[in-house]
Amino acid sequence: MAIGLHKSEIKNPVLRWVDERLPIFTMLHKEYGTFPTPRNFNYFWNFGALAMINLLIMIATGVFLAMHYTPHTAYAFDSVERIMRDVNYGWLIRYVHMNGASMFFIVVYIHIFRGLYYGSYKAPRELLWMLGVVIFLLMMATAFMGYVLPWGQMSFWGATVITNLFSAFPIIGDDIVTLLWGGFSVDNPTLNRFFSLHYLLPFVIVGVVFLHVAALHVTGSNNPLGIEPKGPQDTIPFHPYYTIKDTVGIVVYLMVFAFLVFFMPNYLGHPDNYIPANPLSTPAHIVPEWYFLPFYAILRAVPDKLGGVVLMFGSILIWFFLPWLDTSKVRSMRFRPIARVALLLWVIAFFVLMYCGSKPAEQPYVLISQIATAYYFAYFLVILPALGKLEKPLPLPESISRAVLGEKALGGGPLPASAAAMPMEKA
Amino acid sequence: MTRILTALGLLAGLTLASTPALAAGEARPPRDGHFSFAHIFGTFDRAAAQRGFQVYKEVCAACHSMRLLSFRNLLEIGLSEQQVRAIAASVEVTDGPNEEGQMFQRPGRLSDRFPSPFPNEQAARAANNGAYPPDLSVIIKARHNGANYVYSLLTGYQDPPPGVQLGDGMHYNPYFPGGQIAMASVLNEGQVEFADGTPATVDQMARDVVTFLAWAAEPETEQRRRMGIRVMIFLAVAGVLAYGVKRRVWAELKTKPA
Ligand code: HEC
Ligand code: HEM
Repeated sequence: MAIGLHKSEIKNPVLRWVDERLPIFTMLHKEYGTFPTPRNFNYFWNFGALAMINLLIMIATGVFLAMHYTPHTAYAFDSVERIMRDVNYGWLIRYVHMNGASMFFIVVYIHIFRGLYYGSYKAPRELLWMLGVVIFLLMMATAFMGYVLPWGQMSFWGATVITNLFSAFPIIGDDIVTLLWGGFSVDNPTLNRFFSLHYLLPFVIVGVVFLHVAALHVTGSNNPLGIEPKGPQDTIPFHPYYTIKDTVGIVVYLMVFAFLVFFMPNYLGHPDNYIPANPLSTPAHIVPEWYFLPFYAILRAVPDKLGGVVLMFGSILIWFFLPWLDTSKVRSMRFRPIARVALLLWVIAFFVLMYCGSKPAEQPYVLISQIATAYYFAYFLVILPALGKLEKPLPLPESISRAVLGEKALGGGPLPASAAAMPMEKA
Repeated sequence: MTRILTALGLLAGLTLASTPALAAGEARPPRDGHFSFAHIFGTFDRAAAQRGFQVYKEVCAACHSMRLLSFRNLLEIGLSEQQVRAIAASVEVTDGPNEEGQMFQRPGRLSDRFPSPFPNEQAARAANNGAYPPDLSVIIKARHNGANYVYSLLTGYQDPPPGVQLGDGMHYNPYFPGGQIAMASVLNEGQVEFADGTPATVDQMARDVVTFLAWAAEPETEQRRRMGIRVMIFLAVAGVLAYGVKRRVWAELKTKPA
């Protein structure tokens, strides 16, 4: 059908009229209703939906904050306190936004770990994974600039330290820093441009999330076994099975979130950010928000400034190459006895770096950071490429339904011939 | 070679330790004041907060501003409107310009902010031997373990231990980072007279002013905690329901393939 109305199956006449001209309801039905989804997800598969909801919460609360916030060095701090004191439920909006940033990173870190553990980055989902890395980088930029807005001591000094890093790059470094600052130090022009970008970037994230999900709906989801569904007996429709399972996850997530907001709203923050920014007084320890600590530790593990900056950015950029660095055909770590231990050690290294990032840059923390940094990179550059050749994976199950239902699966009709013929399929 | 390096390292360490590191040195961990608002369902003791306001007004306000607070906020700690109007009216506020373009003085109103003791930071420093008495509006949020810290600070002044050389106009207080603070011990027994007859011991005044400051830093605390309890109960019920429905929906899958 080249021209004409879309053949809609929607019953409601009004929706149908729209759907015939713009088939969004057909699309929603296809992508979120009948979308065939592996039947064996565990709760790790909730975190994508949680991240999506978290993004919407950030945008909703952010828009209301921006109605009352003043991006000027002389008023920013007081305007945030005014939101807390004089705007109706302003404290709620601000605490949800502030702790929402932390929740966002918790959710996304778990989401990324899920990908690492179950090999979701491997073919054919490389681009899906890379779009995720783009989202993570945008989130970091957004959160960093948001933290500058309340214009407390950590806002100011964090911004000074991090923007200064760019001066390490040869030739263009100083110009980049001037451009970021809009002058010759972190000052009012910096605050203004950070506010503008902080408002803009979340919508860029929405765009990339759309691509991320679009790519997902081409390849379909991975699953805890890491083997592809081989037929209808391996999948179930997204609705109602995963809509209800996601709902359970969302309620648990909201409970953690609400506990932070209502009972310990400043626990994850730094008290110094309730001291108005003062360019003449440097805090004893300048520490970024907790979610940046591992990367901050990598930065400080290297004695050379440029080297530290390169490794810090490299520690995330290397994720882009992961689909090709991991040479094993087996996706799920369940079947990779050695890689699985190596990954768990990598997670420990990540937490060790997080701890060291919160400590002053002195011994023994620097040495520990160096060891953890070395392992962080070795996992990607040495261990994974080598294990693909050296490791002997455990036998993979025949199919998802066989693994989930055991013998009963056979009752559900014959397996497709292709699946039965390849019981040891790896990809 | 190693020995030279070690010696150099020691030297560098000593230099660092002897100057700024000492100023930012370790402080004694604060004592626990067991405040009524400390635990997660706690509330502010209204009488203590009112006495604390009196301590602030009669003692601390000579040096410290609380520029984020308005007189009307005092209604929240249980002072009557009449009392608060009288407190506001007792200060002169500069307003204007009027129709002739002149600034003029008038008595304070409920909507006015607390007056600051000094016109600017420079004046505050000039009057305090170069040190700046920080604004106290959010001081409890602006320090680790804020309430216990300020309570310990106010009651923790001591004679310097032997070997500690105090700077000019400095006072020894082990709870302050570095041990040397420019604020003298400001609370003395019987310094204020509480209307409710509570004896004005140093410990009592310190507790009361900390209660007031904690309320001032987070006046939404009680409302927030009440709402939090309701939200948590709602979510717990929703969670049980959602989980029940999930079990129901998935039960059929356990036996028959989709
Ligand atoms: C005579 C003036 C004066 C009075 C009165 C005064 N202070 Fe201070 N206060 C100062 C100065 C000066 C500083 C700065 C000290 C420094 O930085 O070394 C200070 C600092 C502080 C600090 C910050 C300590 C820190 O961790 O940086 C607190 C809290 C404080 N005062 C509370 C109070 C309270 C509560 C009262 C009333 C009971 C009070 N002050 C009365 C002069 C005063
Ligand atoms: C990706 C989503 C977002 C993240 C991760 C994020 C993160 C942050 C962070 C960490 C802060 C500092 C909180 C604090 O310490 O006070 C902040 C503040 C702020 N954000 Fe966002 N934000 C996001 C989206 C938005 C959006 C979409 C808007 C506007 C439409 C917005 C507007 C603001 C404003 C006005 C502030 C300053 C007020 C304050 O500090 O509480 N944010 N943001």
